[in-house]
Amino acid sequence: MYSVRNGVRVMGEVKEEAGAAQPAFEPKIVAFACYYCAYSAADLAGSMRLQYPPNIRIVELPCTGKVNPQMLLKAFEEGADGVYVAGCMEGDCHFLRGNLRAKRRVKYVKGLLDEIGVGGERLEMFNLSSSMGPRFAQIAREMTERIKALGPSPVNRKARASAADEDAAGG
Amino acid sequence: MIVAERKPLEEILRLIDGAKTVLLTGCGGCVTVHMAGGEKEVEVLASLLRLHYKKEDKPIKILTQTVTRQCEPEYVRELADNVDKAAVVLSMGCGVGVQFIAENFPKAWVVPALNTKFAGATLEAGVWAERCGLCGECILYKTGGICPVIRCSKSLLNGPCGGSQNGKCEVDPEIDCAWQLIHDRMKDLGKLDLLLEIEPPKDWSKARDGGPRKVMREDMRF
Repeated sequence: MYSVRNGVRVMGEVKEEAGAAQPAFEPKIVAFACYYCAYSAADLAGSMRLQYPPNIRIVELPCTGKVNPQMLLKAFEEGADGVYVAGCMEGDCHFLRGNLRAKRRVKYVKGLLDEIGVGGERLEMFNLSSSMGPRFAQIAREMTERIKALGPSPVNRKARASAADEDAAGG
Repeated sequence: MIVAERKPLEEILRLIDGAKTVLLTGCGGCVTVHMAGGEKEVEVLASLLRLHYKKEDKPIKILTQTVTRQCEPEYVRELADNVDKAAVVLSMGCGVGVQFIAENFPKAWVVPALNTKFAGATLEAGVWAERCGLCGECILYKTGGICPVIRCSKSLLNGPCGGSQNGKCEVDPEIDCAWQLIHDRMKDLGKLDLLLEIEPPKDWSKARDGGPRKVMREDMRF
């Protein structure tokens, strides 16, 4: 299932589920995936029955050149613990330079996240081709491991803690 | 256009500290063109502020509104409703915008989110450079369209100083010597003889030294 927002297809929902108890930290990770490569790679990973963590929410983009700082920050605001942008291999962009533009924007937003104390390491850019299903699964695992090691985003930490408290008190 | 740059977030956070409601307002003029304080930059800063306050677990309401130009009264007045609701107005306009909002809303506490730098031009995507010193009396017709007032670090009017080395300024090897540029251009244009004329001391009273300036045109007034 997906919904369409601002011209991009959104699979799943990122919004914080109120009151969800989280015994072990399961990060929420948003992947902005290019239709021509990463999204197809995700499809291939599925067809190949490859296992990857269910923490990934994929947002399909027509090209990673569509990525802008607002979009990346919004994901963090809505409760993501990590975000990554997955575009075509450098030099292989369907729109020539979209992935290179995304790379610069990701670098810029990493700086902003450091400045605000959320941490730039929670955001990453990856490059892969549509035939790289196993690589897609590997990236999903890599990113999930990285965010698990970092712990919940400082933005969600308090919300998570109070939700867990309420749950403990209630149950 | 007027070129500005966002202040460090730490400073902005200090400026709005303690406010429960902040109006973050952008300008659709120069700062939109060079991507420092337009609608998109307002969205990005609003998002960063919300992330910060959520992280600190402090509730804050960020109102956002971008007007066509913060330097014209009819557009600034559009902010009235939101100004009333906010404890602090954080302007992403240039220094003119910040002052003009303050001037139009005597009871509002208006603070700048940008550092206003200079009047300049876009050299290439993402690079802007100073081009006009706003001196009030243009002499570009004497110098081949290259301004010695703002592009020479010393604002010299009669040729380079001894600090001109290999076409660069002694202040910073990144800065071109304006007089080298002027000489080369005049040579290319075959107008070197124009540079032989000695330029008398500049009347700085027409620049900022004469106090704040004002332009008034009777034909344009209501």
